[in-house]
Amino acid sequence: MKTKVKVGIVQFPGTNCEYDTQNAFTALGCETQILWHKEDTLPEGMDLLVVPGGFSYGDYLRSGAIAKMSPIMKAVKAYADNGGKVLGICNGFQVLTECGLLPGALKRNTGLHFISRYHHLKVVDNNNTFLTQCSVNEILNIPIAHHDGNFFIAPEELKSLYANGQILLQYSDENGNISNPNGSVDSIAGICNVSKNVFGLMPHPERAMESLLGSNDGRRMLEGFLSV
Amino acid sequence: MKAIVNVFLKNGVLDSQGKAVQHALSGHGFGTVSDVRVGKQIIIEMNESDAVSAKEKVTQMCEDLLANTVIEDYEIEIQA
Repeated sequence: MKTKVKVGIVQFPGTNCEYDTQNAFTALGCETQILWHKEDTLPEGMDLLVVPGGFSYGDYLRSGAIAKMSPIMKAVKAYADNGGKVLGICNGFQVLTECGLLPGALKRNTGLHFISRYHHLKVVDNNNTFLTQCSVNEILNIPIAHHDGNFFIAPEELKSLYANGQILLQYSDENGNISNPNGSVDSIAGICNVSKNVFGLMPHPERAMESLLGSNDGRRMLEGFLSV
Repeated sequence: MKAIVNVFLKNGVLDSQGKAVQHALSGHGFGTVSDVRVGKQIIIEMNESDAVSAKEKVTQMCEDLLANTVIEDYEIEIQA
């Protein structure tokens, strides 16, 4: 019998999506564990680390800036540098860009509003662990909930994102036409690193696990991590 | 010794808050306002006697935490 996939979920003061994330991966049959940010080592045998959404340290200074200084982040970096899989959702994406595991930065939404609603996403690339269960150009419907989701990256780095297949998701309408809620460069909603083991996205797949509650499109995304 | 750090978005990075403030000022009758940038100021008290060493440390603080150099520039002023 295949052993359960082990998922560690990092928790900072102000994180608020850790239990939704835990619930989502538990529903997919994973063994999950919440990891307090003061820990400086990770449990043995983790298959995936998730930096979940929320408002770590109240978004003081910049979203994700203070969280990157937490003891556990050294261990997360070492884990990622050794090829371990890391997923950052919303505030987790901000933390991963702040600590340099992912390129670019997340700025205040252009319209200056906090946006909390469902948004369609277009799958740009599925040649990676995360979106292996999705098809290219498939349209997903996933909640977004952020104030600082405006993805910025310098033009020359943007070119390399395209060249390396690092752009995972773009905000779109239900027909796949680009629709940009927050001012992100090229409407980018999610990216990965060059080695394709670190993933970050602003939308919340863990909030789209039950069609009864609006959408279960998040399930297919997270299931990508179960096939390895 | 005191360090005053000013952090602003880089030129070429859209400052949405600055633009909103600019529009509000223009709409309020301040027609000569041509640009506004919103940044933040961080004031650090340090037990340091050497300004050069203090500035080196604050520069490292900026690189490590106080500024995100992907999108922000910083300026440091050391006061005795």
